[in-house]
Amino acid sequence: MTIQSKPILSVQNLQVTFGRGKKAVQAVAGISFDIYPGETLGLVGESGCGKSTTGRAIMQIEKPSGGHVKLGDIDLISSAPKEARRLRTRLQMIFQDPISSLNPRRKVRDIVAEPLDYWKVVTGDERAAKVDDLLRKVGIDPAVFGHRYARQFSGGQCQRISIARALAMNPEVLICDEVVSALDVSVQAQILNLLEDLKAEYGLSLLFIAHDLAVVKNIADRVAVMYLGKIVEIGGSDEMYEAPHHPYTDLLLSAVVDIDPSKKHERKVLQGEPPSPSNPPSGCRFRTRCPFATELCASTEPEMSEIAPGRFVACHYPLNVTK
Amino acid sequence: MKSPLLVVSDLHTTFETPRGPLPAVRGVSFSVAENQTVGIVGESGSGKTVLARTVMGLQPIRGVTLSGSVLLNGKEIVNRPHDELRHMWGSEVAMIFQDPMTSLNPVRRIGDQIAESLQVGIGIKRKEARARALELLVQVGIPSPEDRFDAYPSQLSGGMRQRVVIASALSCNPKLVLADEPTTGLDVTIQAQILDLLDKMKAERKMSTILVTHDLGVVATRTDHIYVMYAGRIVESLPTADLHAHHRHPYTAALLNSTPRIENKSHTRLTAIPGSPPNLLKPLTGCAFAARCSFATDLCRNQTPELRRDGGASEFACFNPVGVNA
Repeated sequence: MTIQSKPILSVQNLQVTFGRGKKAVQAVAGISFDIYPGETLGLVGESGCGKSTTGRAIMQIEKPSGGHVKLGDIDLISSAPKEARRLRTRLQMIFQDPISSLNPRRKVRDIVAEPLDYWKVVTGDERAAKVDDLLRKVGIDPAVFGHRYARQFSGGQCQRISIARALAMNPEVLICDEVVSALDVSVQAQILNLLEDLKAEYGLSLLFIAHDLAVVKNIADRVAVMYLGKIVEIGGSDEMYEAPHHPYTDLLLSAVVDIDPSKKHERKVLQGEPPSPSNPPSGCRFRTRCPFATELCASTEPEMSEIAPGRFVACHYPLNVTK
Repeated sequence: MKSPLLVVSDLHTTFETPRGPLPAVRGVSFSVAENQTVGIVGESGSGKTVLARTVMGLQPIRGVTLSGSVLLNGKEIVNRPHDELRHMWGSEVAMIFQDPMTSLNPVRRIGDQIAESLQVGIGIKRKEARARALELLVQVGIPSPEDRFDAYPSQLSGGMRQRVVIASALSCNPKLVLADEPTTGLDVTIQAQILDLLDKMKAERKMSTILVTHDLGVVATRTDHIYVMYAGRIVESLPTADLHAHHRHPYTAALLNSTPRIENKSHTRLTAIPGSPPNLLKPLTGCAFAARCSFATDLCRNQTPELRRDGGASEFACFNPVGVNA
């Protein structure tokens, strides 16, 4: 990975807390990462680890309880609401369930034009031309399908329409939250390829949130692994999958099943389930399920540190380290 | 040689819909031997779930036309009334559904639900049934089972709920278990735990299992034999060991190629299958996959290929198979 220029999106010590007082649950417990121009950062973890909440907090759909989300030099969180709203057009999000993220009773053209109408950026003929162009870009023929209702489309097609809508404002960063997990493999491959093409064409940066490690591997330049509201490891995807540093990453990778049974790797099963984020373990949050945990892990929370160029890990006993 | 535990021959399931008959399963034949794990893999709408439900005898009486035969232990299931089938459900054949939230009763305690299936299934008294239910919770690896016995399904995680469903399905010692997408919606780590549990239970109880899933990775690692379904038919049947290197049907090949692999380098372009599966409400001529197949010829568009044997235990239904010609 080459770090060129400045990050386009910088998330610093982001925190999201649901509820108050004794019932408070810290879903995102202070995470930091950067996304560089033209880069895809994968965000993986088990359900409930806070990966979707992270995406929603960056978009300000969920109000962060602390930290900064910087778009270039401007902090979205401390900006005035009106200013933040305008800035947010540079970020767009696509959601998991393509069918429920579109209004079934609206026509495809109007769905895609909605951001343009809201911001009044185009008029009349321009609007129609822009919408048709966007639909063509995502592989939907506007002449045939433009006047149909969202409910008449399959999941894969709905996801294409969601992507067209997200691109209408020419965003710089696209946040994709489990965008292919509801789709069949053949359609999933179509959407992943489409995202790669559009990313190149529009010069997008992607935050790709997913639970499927194989999908993330195929699309991401770098990967961040989340566990119980914290990032435990972040690094280049090829290097990380080859030699994970955090025991959690290692166990997560070994649970992935491959279509070639002859490639049976040594299977290490991660026992138990993640503890409740309302009462996280002391010290390292993973220690209750970690095969290498010691007393140090219970007493002191490991800091994120760069143990190889571009490879960050928060663990007292990182794996695959050549001393 | 003993005859297989389950023999399905030329099974058709057709739904009556306002827009005409919908043939969801269109002539499927396969068998499951004792102690064998068979995988049925296909995309949404391929008919795999309908097939599983038909094998189980769960199709409603009205609005569905069934033909063909499903012999379980020599007993016919097709078109048998539900009150006769009820004696077979649980003790001879049981099903594990995808969504444990809907297959468990949300307002009844999990222990009672398992105990009930024991009372009805093998006719034991309530007290004994509760003791057996607790034993089952231990076997499926529920932590602190005494406490969880009185829990409601909503108080458990998805993985735990699926363990309860498995305990309930296995309570009356069925010889055949149909698991329909048992791990879809679960995390990979929990998926591995649940599949390990199914393997363990299968080995202990000498059951046969049918694993219905869209996930090629799951069938590739957990079954003995795989049937690939497309548009209501089996298009390829092969031993699991041959899936990766010796498949013959272009659809199987396309599915494998479109699956993202963990060993791929970052930004590997996947080979997507163009288009979408055919609408079964319209009559099909020729091979159902022809419109999406890169090897299709005029023959494929006009004539339906039948399953043909490919040496050993493999069969495929294709005029232009991939791989070396036999």
